Amino acid sequence: MDLLQSLRIAAPEQLLSISAIVLLVASAWGQTRRDARAVTWLAVLTLFVAAVMTAPVLFQGLRGEAASAFGGLFSGDAFAAFAKLLIYAAAGASLLVAPAFFEKHRAYRPEYPVLVLFAVLGMGIMVSAQDLLTLYMGLELNSLAAYVLAAFLKPDQRSAEAGLKYFVLGALASGILLFGMSLTYGFTGTTSYAGIAAALSEGTVSKGALFGITFVLAGLAFKVSAVPFHMWTPDVYEGAPTPVTTFFATAPKVAALALTMRVSLEAFGPQSAAWQQIVIFAAIASIVVGALGAIGQGNIKRLLAYSSINNVGFILLGLAAATPAGASAMLFYLAVYVAMTIGGFVAVLMLKDAKGNYVEAIADIAGLSRTRPLLALGLATVMFSLAGIPPLLGFWGKLVVFQAVVEAGMVPLAALGIAASVIGAFYYLKVVKIMYFDEPAGKVTGKSDMVHEWLLAICALFISPLGYLITKCLIALATVSAGVLFVAA
Amino acid sequence: MLGFPILSLMLAVPLVAAFICLFVNAPMARTVALAATLANLALGVVLWCQFDVGGAQWQFQESKELFSGFAWKLGIDGIALLLIMLSVFLMPICVLASQSIEKRVGEYMAAFLVMETLMIGVFAAQDLFLFYIFFEAGLIPMYLIIGVWGGAERIYASYKFFLYTLLGSVLMLIAMIWMVQEAGTTYVPTLMAYDFAVDAQKWLWLAFFASFAVKMPMWPVHTWLPDAHVQAPTAGSVILAGVLLKMGGYGFIRFSLPMFPQASADFVWLVYWLSMIAVVVTSLIALVQHDMKKLIAYSSVAHMAIVTVGLFSFNTQGLEGAMVVMLSHGLVSGALFLCVGVIYDRLHTREIDRYGGLSINMPKYALFFMLFTMASIGLPATSGFVGEFLALAGIYQQSSLVAFVAATGIILGAGYMLYLYRRICFGDHKNADAAAMPDLNLREWAMLAPIAAAVLWMGVYPESFLAPMRNDIRYVETRLAAGKPVGDAQLTAGKPAAHADHVEHGGAH
Repeated sequence: MDLLQSLRIAAPEQLLSISAIVLLVASAWGQTRRDARAVTWLAVLTLFVAAVMTAPVLFQGLRGEAASAFGGLFSGDAFAAFAKLLIYAAAGASLLVAPAFFEKHRAYRPEYPVLVLFAVLGMGIMVSAQDLLTLYMGLELNSLAAYVLAAFLKPDQRSAEAGLKYFVLGALASGILLFGMSLTYGFTGTTSYAGIAAALSEGTVSKGALFGITFVLAGLAFKVSAVPFHMWTPDVYEGAPTPVTTFFATAPKVAALALTMRVSLEAFGPQSAAWQQIVIFAAIASIVVGALGAIGQGNIKRLLAYSSINNVGFILLGLAAATPAGASAMLFYLAVYVAMTIGGFVAVLMLKDAKGNYVEAIADIAGLSRTRPLLALGLATVMFSLAGIPPLLGFWGKLVVFQAVVEAGMVPLAALGIAASVIGAFYYLKVVKIMYFDEPAGKVTGKSDMVHEWLLAICALFISPLGYLITKCLIALATVSAGVLFVAA
Repeated sequence: MLGFPILSLMLAVPLVAAFICLFVNAPMARTVALAATLANLALGVVLWCQFDVGGAQWQFQESKELFSGFAWKLGIDGIALLLIMLSVFLMPICVLASQSIEKRVGEYMAAFLVMETLMIGVFAAQDLFLFYIFFEAGLIPMYLIIGVWGGAERIYASYKFFLYTLLGSVLMLIAMIWMVQEAGTTYVPTLMAYDFAVDAQKWLWLAFFASFAVKMPMWPVHTWLPDAHVQAPTAGSVILAGVLLKMGGYGFIRFSLPMFPQASADFVWLVYWLSMIAVVVTSLIALVQHDMKKLIAYSSVAHMAIVTVGLFSFNTQGLEGAMVVMLSHGLVSGALFLCVGVIYDRLHTREIDRYGGLSINMPKYALFFMLFTMASIGLPATSGFVGEFLALAGIYQQSSLVAFVAATGIILGAGYMLYLYRRICFGDHKNADAAAMPDLNLREWAMLAPIAAAVLWMGVYPESFLAPMRNDIRYVETRLAAGKPVGDAQLTAGKPAAHADHVEHGGAH
C-alpha cells in the first residue's frame, strides 16, 4: 500500500482539487460573462474526465484492499464509484443550467463552477471515507461550498436568507455529528470504520456507543433532510437560486445518503438492530411528512423540496432492511431520483414569463399543456414518476426498495410505506391537474434555453418506459456496488 | 402459430399511432386513430382465427429477458383472447363516438390509443410485474381523459378515480412482491399452479381483493364509478364500462381463484354478502336516478355483482356464466353509453326528464336502444340471458340464498331499465327540442350495428364464445376443486325415469 497506489486510487479527487484551484486562480483575472462561461465549460469537462476515471472502478467492481488508500482512511471502491458517478452527473447538470439563470440576474461569476467543483470534491471524499475524520473533512468541504452557493444570488434577499439558514442549521448538524463521533470514538477507541465495526461486533452495544450511533445518525439525517431534521429543506430550496437548488436536491443528497449507508452498514453494521428502528422511524416519518407537507404548497420549488423529503423516506426504507438487496435498491432508487429531480428542476427553470422572469408559483403554470405542450409533458412525466405510477421508472425504484423490505421480512413496514405513497400521489396529481385541466393562465410564454430542453428530454427519456431497458445493467452495477459494503458480513 | 409476434404487434400499433396523433392536426388524428384501431381489430380477428381451440393452454407465447426483475412475457389463453377481442372490438367504436370532441383532439386520441395498448397488455401479460405495470399504467390516460374532456365535475371525479384505484392496487403490489419471493418466479402460469401456504393465502387474497374489488367495482367501494362514468366523455364511459371493469373480473379468474383457491373458499361468504348487497342496493339506487349515465353506471355495479357471484360459485357453469356476463356487459353497457351519447350530442343533457317520446321522431334509435335494454335485462336471444342464466345456474348449485337474491337483481334490473326506456322513448313528446332531434346518422349506425350483431350472436350461439375458454375454465375449476366449500344448496338429482315415461306416453298420441 504505497503512496503511489494511494494517489492512483484517489486520482479523481486530485484532478478535481487541482482543477478547482487552477480555475479559482484563473477566475481572479477573468470576471466577464465570457470568462464565466468558459470556466463553466472547463468545470463540466473536469467532471467528465473525473467520471471517465471513475467508471472503470465501477465496472471492475473494485473492493477491499485493492481499493484502499492512505492507510485505510480512504477507499476508491465500486460503491464510492457508483455514488461519485451520480454526483458528477448531477453536478454537471446543475452547472449546465446555471449560466442562463444567473445571467438573467446579471450575477453570473466564474466562482460558481469553482464552488461546485469544491463541493463535488468534498462529496467524493464523503462517499470514499473509511474513517470518521475523513468523513468529516469531506462533509465540511462540501458544506462550506454549499453555504456560499445558497447565498450566491447576492441581490436576492431570499437567497441570502437561504444561505444563512443553511449555514446555521448545517453548522448545528455538524456539531451533532461531531458529538456523535466523539462518543463513538470514546466507546470504541477508534475512528476507522473497520475498527468501529470490530469493536461493536463483540457482545451487545454499550449505552455510550448507542448514544454515539444515535447522534451520528441524527447529524446525517440532517444532511439528507430526513424527518424530523427536515425543517430547513423547504426554505433553503425555495430561497436558493434554482440551479443551486437543483444541485442541493441531487448531488449532496446522493453523497449524504451514500455516506449514511457506509456508516450504518460498514461501521455500525454489526449492531444493525441498534439503528434499524431509528431508520425505520425516519423513513416512515419522511414519507408521511413529505407527502402531507407538500399538499398545501403554492411554490413549485417548495413542493419539490417536500417531494425530496418524501423520496428520501423511500430510500431510507432500503436502509431499514439492512441487507445487500436493500442497499442495492437504494443505489438504484438514487439513480432514478437524481434523474427525476434534475428533470423536475430543469422544467422549473424553463418556466419563464414573457420578460424572461422565472415563474415559481404553481397557479401560474395553469394550462401549460396548451401553451407549451412538450414542457408540460416533460413535467407531467416527472410528476407521475415521482408518484411512482407505472410504467415510469420511478415505479421500479420504489418496487425494488419494497422488494428488499419484504425480503427482509418487514411486510407491515412495506405495506405502511406504500399506503403512504398514495398520499404523495395526490399532490403530484395536483400539478398535473393544474397543467392539463385548468384554463391557461398565460403566464409562461418565455423561450427556454436549448441546454435546458436537452437536459429535460434526456431525463424524461430516462424515466420513461424506455428506461426499463437499462434496468438490467443499472441494477447489476448497483448490486455489485452495494455488495462492497457487506465485505465483513 | 404465426411467424411473427402478433401480441407485441398489437401492443405496438396503437402506441405508434398515439405518438403520431400527438403531432398532427385534428382531422388527421381522427383518421390515424380510426385506422390504427381498425388495424388492431383486424389483427384481433387473425388472432382469434389462429387460436387453436382445445389446443395448448397458453398460445402465441413470447418471451424476452429485457429487464431486471421481470421479463417481457406475453401469451394468451381463451379467457384473455375473448377479453382482448372485446377491447379491440370496442376501440374503433370509441373513436367513432368521439366525433363530438372538439378540443385537443390529437391528445385525446393519443390517450385512447395508449389506453388500448395497456388494456391488451393487461390481458396478454404473463409476467406478474408486467401485468401490474399495464394494470396500473391505465390510470394515467384515464385520469387525463376524465379530467380534460369530462363534464362539469370532472376534476373531482378524476381524483377520486385515480386515488381510489391506486390505493386498491398498491396493497396488491406488496402481495405480488411477497409471492415472487416465495415462489421464486414472476411467471404467471407457474404461479397459477403454485400452492401457497394456507395462512399466507388469506393475506394475499385480501390484498388482491382490495385491488380487484375496487376495479370491479364491488359494493361498498364502487362509489368512484358513478362519478367517473358520469363525468367521462361518452367514449371514456364506453371504455370504462366495457373493458376497464373487466380487469377486476379478469384479475379474479386469473389470480385470486387459481392462485389462492383455499382462501377463495374461506372468503366466499364475504364475496357473497357484498355481491348480494350490491345487487339489491345498487339496483334500487338505479331505480331512482334522474341522470341516464348514472343509472347505467349503477346497473353496471349490479351486473358486476352477478359476475362475482358466478366467479365464486366454484363450478364450470358459474365461471362460464361470469365470463359471458363480463363480455356481454362490456358490449351492452358500452352500447347503452353510446345510446346516451347519441342523444346527449343532440341535446347536451343527460337528464331523463328532458327526453320522452323519442320513438316517434327517432324510430331507428329507439329500436337499437330497445335491443340493448333487453340485453341488459337478460332477455333470451340476447347475450345477457346466456350469461346471467349460466351464472345463476352455477350459484344455485352452491348457495340457494345467493341465487335467490341475485335473481331479484334481474327483476329489479328489468324494472329500472324498462322504466328508463319508457321515460325516454315512449309516451308523447315533452319538449320541443327533444322532439326535433334527427334520427341516427350513418356514423351512429356504424357504431351501434356491430354491437347489436355481436349481442345477438352471443345470445343465439354462445358456443363460439364458450368454446375457446372451456379448457381454461376447467383448469380454474380443478384448481378450486380441493377447497370447494360446502354450500347451503344440497341438490339431489331428479328422477329421469319418470320423465322418460312421460315422453313415451306423450309420444303414443
